[in-house]
Amino acid sequence: MSTCPECDAQVTVAATAHAGEIVVCPECQTELEIVSLDPVELALAPEIEEDWGE
Amino acid sequence: MSGGPDIRLAVVTSRVRVEEKLIFTALERHAIPYQHLDERTLCMELTGSRLLPYTVVLNRSMSNTRNRYIAHLFEACGTIVVNNSRVIETCGDKALTSIALVGAGIPTPRTTIALTPAAALPALEQIGYPAVLKPVNGSWGRLLAKVSDREAAEAILEHKQVLGSPIHSVIYIQEYIEKPGRDIRTIVMGDQVICGMYRHSEHWITNTARGGSTTLCELTSDLVDLSLRAAQSVGGGAVAVDLIERPDGALLVTEINHTMEFHGMLTATGVDVADALVQYVRQVAQL
Repeated sequence: MSTCPECDAQVTVAATAHAGEIVVCPECQTELEIVSLDPVELALAPEIEEDWGE
Repeated sequence: MSGGPDIRLAVVTSRVRVEEKLIFTALERHAIPYQHLDERTLCMELTGSRLLPYTVVLNRSMSNTRNRYIAHLFEACGTIVVNNSRVIETCGDKALTSIALVGAGIPTPRTTIALTPAAALPALEQIGYPAVLKPVNGSWGRLLAKVSDREAAEAILEHKQVLGSPIHSVIYIQEYIEKPGRDIRTIVMGDQVICGMYRHSEHWITNTARGGSTTLCELTSDLVDLSLRAAQSVGGGAVAVDLIERPDGALLVTEINHTMEFHGMLTATGVDVADALVQYVRQVAQL
């Protein structure tokens, strides 16, 4: 369990989650990046960059 | 960058998406140790020791710019990179991809590259309206424009010029193909086509990133042959080949993706692309 840096809501992170994964805050719907797992730390997900793609 | 003594594989990511999670799961299923590297942490002194612990890097960067440099930097250290820099350089630029496809005799829509917006107008007249304008280095269907007449072309070309970046002034022009509400994506791993899917959309842009749906596409011998030849033309590797069907049924290759997204594939085809990619990396690096 961690808190959303945008709205302070409680955000649950799955035990199988990886650092770098994106989760969505259940309250404010903000995309959050899991920046560390132990302890769980969330940050606002980076914006999609102009040259991102496949 | 440091791996443990038994870690010979690094997986570089921008974000951990569904695809990367599936790759990690496949690696764990095959008991292949790996180091997950966040591209934002990477730096490499070129004049220092270039000894890295990794035999192979699976490059899953979403940034076309960083993807190129990741490939070149690790290759400079003697590390195998999937995909290699030649594939990344070619597939990351639609003009270079088209040059490779045409050079290999692969059927592709009629294409013209104009080096300035001014040169693009007469080229558009030659191709005929409607035509398609694409950025040479775009992805996910961004900034594609179906241009129906000269007035629309003038407006879009002016916008491109005003964007300022020299790369936006290189105009990629393609004939518009009336396709049957779908395109085809095949997945190639080395010398094998492992699966294919249709991407359906009522919009003329059928990218799944734009909301298209997916169903199984049976691999015919023509589709397999064309996909393999297209992949080889850009240097091989693990790639996704996009094709469209002309009204007469002929297949045309439109683009080749070097860091493929495949989240729709498992549902549409039942093929575990992540597992196949892991097997391919293992084979290439002899892990």
